[in-house]
Amino acid sequence: MKELVVLSGKGGTGKTSIVGSLAALAGDKILADCDVDAADLHLLLEPVVRQKHEFWSGQVAVIDEEKCTQCGLCEELCHFEAIKDFRVDPASCEGCGFCYRICPVEAITMKENLSGHWFISDTRYGPLVHARLGIAQENSGKLVALVRQKAREMAEGGGADFIISDGPPGIGCPVISSLSGAHMALLVTEPTLSGIHDLERVVGVCRHFGVPALVCINKYDINEENSRQIEDYCLEQKVEVAARIPFDNIVTEAMVKGLPVVQYDSDSPVSRQIKGLWRNIAERLAWN
Amino acid sequence: MIISVASGKGGTGKTLVATSLAFSLKDRQPVQLLDCDVEEPNDHIFLKPVITQKEAVCIPVPKVDEAKCTHCGLCAEICAYNALAVLPDRVMIFPELCHGCGACSYLCPEKAISEEGREIGVVEQGDAGGIEFVHGRLNVGEAMATPVIRKVREYARADGLVIIDVPPGTSCPVVEAVKGSHFCLLVTEPTPFGLNDLVLAVETVRELNIPLAVVLNRTGVGDNKVEEYCRKENIPVLLTIPLDTKIARLYSRGVTLAEGMPETQEMFILLWNGIRKILK
Repeated sequence: MKELVVLSGKGGTGKTSIVGSLAALAGDKILADCDVDAADLHLLLEPVVRQKHEFWSGQVAVIDEEKCTQCGLCEELCHFEAIKDFRVDPASCEGCGFCYRICPVEAITMKENLSGHWFISDTRYGPLVHARLGIAQENSGKLVALVRQKAREMAEGGGADFIISDGPPGIGCPVISSLSGAHMALLVTEPTLSGIHDLERVVGVCRHFGVPALVCINKYDINEENSRQIEDYCLEQKVEVAARIPFDNIVTEAMVKGLPVVQYDSDSPVSRQIKGLWRNIAERLAWN
Repeated sequence: MIISVASGKGGTGKTLVATSLAFSLKDRQPVQLLDCDVEEPNDHIFLKPVITQKEAVCIPVPKVDEAKCTHCGLCAEICAYNALAVLPDRVMIFPELCHGCGACSYLCPEKAISEEGREIGVVEQGDAGGIEFVHGRLNVGEAMATPVIRKVREYARADGLVIIDVPPGTSCPVVEAVKGSHFCLLVTEPTPFGLNDLVLAVETVRELNIPLAVVLNRTGVGDNKVEEYCRKENIPVLLTIPLDTKIARLYSRGVTLAEGMPETQEMFILLWNGIRKILK
């Protein structure tokens, strides 16, 4: 079983649209949406939820007003500036429990925190593990780790050949959690200076965690000079450019119809590139 | 006044709006731009600031003085992140798990734990043609963006206009960047993905009790469900930007809209006036 994670650094380069199409093209696989705070893959896959589970993670401090003598020690010691006027701001509290331990009158308790939900669903392309982090919650990295763990259990249990994960943007906690231990990362970029800047950082993260990467240049024709710059950079970094997808409004049209683009118009130049991309990925995963 | 520019979905045009708004207003009033998208900061590509000051962002991680340590195990017991493990003869520290809360060093009965800074990123400050520019940059391989965002936010001026470019999503880094703003602009696109993530972003910003409005980018493709949603929720759409290959090409070259097409400055000034009208 081989696990592919799709990342980009910069948001909005087309990760989810491409994962939707890979879902339609790949054989026996488990799908995972690791973008737990702005998940969109379900919009292309129309999942029917089979299982829904609560995700309890971390704790939040609560001050009992009756017991609090307003000495201010907690506010002074909190490293996260989460306490103001003898109240805890749950959005800033990191659940370390420091205040709970030092309060001289034991006015602070730690409450378990319901951080979100995770789901196992059926889609027309196979099972999907996905999640919804609660609004303004922490611990997205832990929820991502849980989604991947469940996907792996299902893949191993059912003998699936692949796990295909839609990753979050950026390079921080949830990205690291999506990436570490995967067999390969597909990096979707676009030929803008922002896209190139962000690609370089996410290539650095892949290298840091020892995950081999492939690059796909999406909308390559909006600036062909920048696309050549990406190709030069990839050559220098020994990272293969596996596809060059042209800009085409049919990607948005397919999204509006709730379909992966390879299903919406399977002969379009975009779809042909994505099919070639999947052949390339499958071959590389088999060798890895 | 602090205006944050956010979006649930990435790549909808936050950077375009933040940099073009700053560029359009800079000759009329003092403007400070804080790029809080510290995982992938891009505003510097468009505004080309001359950086004059750098500050490392460090989080305190524990350092154990083995001569004083009695291996009582209290530090490992209280650490909520399992960043310390106490063995019979030594203490193991896992710096990448440490959130820097300071509990272990404060509570150690032998005062055997001190804190030493571990660099996780950098904040840079400079001038971008009259715009006071600040951005943060998380080091590659580091997980925790929020301490870097918190440090960038410390640079916010008390007076004048402060524009914050917020990271995508709806979780802790977004809250850290947005909280304390007087107004939040949510940038989205008229597609199912754009709508899905806008709804989540609206929930997040409402949770923080910050007034908000929408900027709709790349109109002309997709559908009209974002506008329907905004009407239903009484969310003003203060600016629409059409899908235009000329704008996309400018963006690809790292030129912000208000600079590359100066005639658009007027619409960013109108956007600013629209925000002020709502806040009155």
